[in-house]
Amino acid sequence: MEFRDVSKRYAGQLAVDQLSFKVPAGRICVLVGPSGSGKTTSLKMVNRLIEPTGGSILIDGRDVLREEPTALRRRIGYVIQQVGLFPHQTIAENVGTVPRLLGWPKERIAARTEQLLALVGLEPSRFALRYPAQLSGGERQRVGVARALAAEPPVMLMDEPFGAVDPIVRDRLQNEFLRIQRDQGTTVLFVTHDIDEAIKLGDRVAVMRGGKLVQYAPPAELLAHPVNAFVAEFVGSDRGLKRLVLLTVGGVDLDTTVARAAVSPNAPILSPASTLRDALVRMLASEAQVGIVVDRDRYLGVLTLSTIGRMIRDDT
Amino acid sequence: MTLLGDVARWFADPAHYQGSDAVQTRVLEHLEVSGLAVLVGVLLALPVGLYLGHTGRFGFIAVNVANVGRAIPSLAAIALAIPIAGTLLGAANGLGFWPTFLALIPLAIPPVLTNAYVAVRGVDGDVTEAARGMGLGEAGILRRIELPLALPLILAGIRTAAVNVVATATLGALVAFGGLGRYIVDGLALQEYDRLFAGALLVALLAIAVEVAFGTFERAAVSPGIRVQQGAL
Repeated sequence: MEFRDVSKRYAGQLAVDQLSFKVPAGRICVLVGPSGSGKTTSLKMVNRLIEPTGGSILIDGRDVLREEPTALRRRIGYVIQQVGLFPHQTIAENVGTVPRLLGWPKERIAARTEQLLALVGLEPSRFALRYPAQLSGGERQRVGVARALAAEPPVMLMDEPFGAVDPIVRDRLQNEFLRIQRDQGTTVLFVTHDIDEAIKLGDRVAVMRGGKLVQYAPPAELLAHPVNAFVAEFVGSDRGLKRLVLLTVGGVDLDTTVARAAVSPNAPILSPASTLRDALVRMLASEAQVGIVVDRDRYLGVLTLSTIGRMIRDDT
Repeated sequence: MTLLGDVARWFADPAHYQGSDAVQTRVLEHLEVSGLAVLVGVLLALPVGLYLGHTGRFGFIAVNVANVGRAIPSLAAIALAIPIAGTLLGAANGLGFWPTFLALIPLAIPPVLTNAYVAVRGVDGDVTEAARGMGLGEAGILRRIELPLALPLILAGIRTAAVNVVATATLGALVAFGGLGRYIVDGLALQEYDRLFAGALLVALLAIAVEVAFGTFERAAVSPGIRVQQGAL
């Protein structure tokens, strides 16, 4: 997906200003910024709910402005914060909306619906025939994602899809969404105002302000090298700590000179796959100042607080 | 209390179930003119109300038509309908069915139009945005999303129209139409109060029956998903 000099002008006011960036296929690009920064407007120009004033948006090399809007939208998954499930239709009917529009045979729609509900963690036999009003906020949001994925769209647009659920449910939905996205290989354009969500989900993060793209980078680079004071402030003064979420224990230099027997018995056992932030929390809590890194049964070395400190210093 | 007895005796008299003035004939005449007037009113007002509600523009038309409709006294509407029916359909049709029918149509329009407009406007914007974003066309959004969601209010509007029309069709007797108004007008003229009250009672019962019938239909026609939602609120 590619934005080329895309602009949107409302009655003389520029909402989106010469936006240009590319999202590689199968990746998640998160648009993040304060309200009024033009991120939702940019998203809605992709499926032409809003028409750009200038520039072009390409999907797979094809300009969306040359396509018939309804046909275009049926090939693009769309999830919004309020979900917008159809209250008069069952969950199964909601999920089958786009396949029905595309004229799939009934059996295929039924099979796909069942598969999708299972994919988003809703037992089909329990949920298929219920109505949206009978579901919790988190369950409705899962249905929203299933509905957007129904016709196997190569591209998905998501506008603060997890903004209205509580933090615990949000965290779980984010993890499941990442798993599904990797599994399906969908290219995603994702809008949020939450920088933590952007860092967690994005392969690329586009920071927007006043309709302009301020910085477009992978999350680690955004945290390590914010281009200006606005981005630095937006990602937060704790951006070094945030960076630790993106790094794993296995990815840093461990101290291999210490024998395992020499380490305090209080020291936590860490796996190479855990994030540096989790490692830090457990090390601080254990009072041992170090963590023992073990891959299955193999001892790899110890992680020290000064190593973590160096990672933070390097980046900021 | 003698009046009640007289009315009961009137209903018991087999003579009142025979000939052109029979109760069942009058009920059918009454229902026929009311039903046709409501049908035409719905055919005229519903598409306009749905369209205005969908586009969200020209809402003042819906509101003003409703207000004008409420402001015209039914008696005046019937009086006006006599020359109109006479001019349009020939002098022979200037009295009886046609002026009654024509006068009842504007009575059916306002509640249908206003309710349809308000109901479609009131459909959650997130729901229509999601529908549009998934690739439903404007006609599809109106038919598959807005119409079913607006249905409870739309049916309530038609029910109001029907009850109003059934009650007002009584005035048709003043322009030489049949229907249940015949008993009331004739009873008054002949000072036969048992007949008058029997007519009034029949009109009231018919109006209630229409109300109940629509209520039953509404429960059957509205999606269980919407009932669940209303129950939860």
